[in-house]
Amino acid sequence: MSEKQSSAWSPSPRELERRRSRRAISRKQAIIAAASSVFVLGTLSIILVTSPGWEIFKETFFDLGYGVEIFPTVIKGLWINLQLTFIGGAAIGVIALGLALMRTTKSPALTPFRFLATAYVDIFRGAPLILIILLVGFGVPALGLSGIPSNVIFLGTVAVVLTYSAYVAEVIRSGILSIHPSQRAAARSLGLTSGQTMRFVVLPQAIRRVVPPLLNDFVSLLKDTGLVSILGVTDAVRAAQINASRTFNYTPYVVAAILFLLITIPMTRYTDRAIRQRTNAQNSEGAI
Amino acid sequence: MSNVLELVNVRKSFDTELVLNNLSLSVPEHTATVLIGASGSGKSTLLRCINLLETIDDGQIFLDGQEISDPLINVDEIRRNLGMVFQSFNLFPHKTVLENITLSPIKVHGKSKDEANTQAIALLKRFDLSDKADQYPDRLSGGQQQRVAIIRSLAVNPRLLLLDEVTSALDPVLVNEVLSSVRDLKLDGMTMVLATHEMGFATQVADEVCFLESGSIVERGTPEQVLKNPVNPKTQEFLKRVHQAGRL
Repeated sequence: MSEKQSSAWSPSPRELERRRSRRAISRKQAIIAAASSVFVLGTLSIILVTSPGWEIFKETFFDLGYGVEIFPTVIKGLWINLQLTFIGGAAIGVIALGLALMRTTKSPALTPFRFLATAYVDIFRGAPLILIILLVGFGVPALGLSGIPSNVIFLGTVAVVLTYSAYVAEVIRSGILSIHPSQRAAARSLGLTSGQTMRFVVLPQAIRRVVPPLLNDFVSLLKDTGLVSILGVTDAVRAAQINASRTFNYTPYVVAAILFLLITIPMTRYTDRAIRQRTNAQNSEGAI
Repeated sequence: MSNVLELVNVRKSFDTELVLNNLSLSVPEHTATVLIGASGSGKSTLLRCINLLETIDDGQIFLDGQEISDPLINVDEIRRNLGMVFQSFNLFPHKTVLENITLSPIKVHGKSKDEANTQAIALLKRFDLSDKADQYPDRLSGGQQQRVAIIRSLAVNPRLLLLDEVTSALDPVLVNEVLSSVRDLKLDGMTMVLATHEMGFATQVADEVCFLESGSIVERGTPEQVLKNPVNPKTQEFLKRVHQAGRL
């Protein structure tokens, strides 16, 4: 570790020999990995390219010229998905935290809220998102309430927020429940009220613990915003659909898929890294 | 001498298991009462009951003459005057040493941040931990963590300090640094109730030693009486076993 140590130390002949062996082993492993990749991917490509429908398939799904032509409309749609994700995500965070706190409270005054929060989570976690979108998107305007916008983007966002708040509330609640009771005991023994204990001791630790699963939900949220297209919102999915149905060429779908992947894959990689770091940190935490 | 703590016929059970059986205890000001006894004899439960982390089934607990076992009492109010140190330290891992210590003074006792920090730093200095103020608990050794936990409970100037087997989770080398901190507190006149398995330490700090067996104090007296010349056969048996384990 220290400078002094490393400059005074030179590896023994035995160690040098071991390093050579390790290098030889990793070289061999790299060759095997490369050979196996070439074989598997090569075989798959050959099967694909030699399939009888390959030429037509290529034209209908990978028409580069058409892809470039419709690219602006799809990316404009994707911008709607992103806006929906971020605005919805903020609303989900606030509502979910409230639901999680309501479900974990023991205060007698909040008993009805605890009951309502549980019912809410059961309903919205249990029903398919697409049904909620249809019910909110077509049901709310049918009520004819004044003051509630009948804009489909707004209603679609509301539906997604309703459902995801239930998911995220459960993630946060599991984080709260994962904090060891001894932490609460320590805080209470210092004279902190139960509210202060939640706010200063339990919640900060709980949120930190659930960041990786929350990032996972965030990626899912981005993908699921594509579902609001069924209400007629011109998002990336809808834009692709319009173009595809006009020409019977499905390249726009591929373009939309690639655009989604360009955002979600880096996010997923980042989430994996966050989970790994979280696991490492937990393993070194020792006695708490 | 007035009693800081007074327990009268306290009874506590978990489901069908009787953990504290008609237990009475008086702790005068500036004295240390040491609870000894096998694991499961009720030492920790007794401390948790005093700190109102558990509700007792019968009997009364008085703190400075006020009955704190009254269900109408404001428990947060009472706990402000009680310090508790746990076997497993229970430091807050997301807060630095300084933040751990100043949380209660700031949020519960309404001190300003500067005032709380100054006091915390003085305490850290006294316990030789000044250089750890900005570190997180997981960077500290077990002994250091436990000493921070002691400081955290001292920072609220408690009337009574409860220590629950504070050295049980530590290796023998670290035990000493924690015990010497507790000895210092005793010299300062802190009123304490301690549960411990360290008999040598009990001899040094205790004004009164109570031997618990199945939730009752079967023998009590000065360390000299209880630890050197026990009269109750159960105490004799317990000390014999402790002696065999090399802890006396």
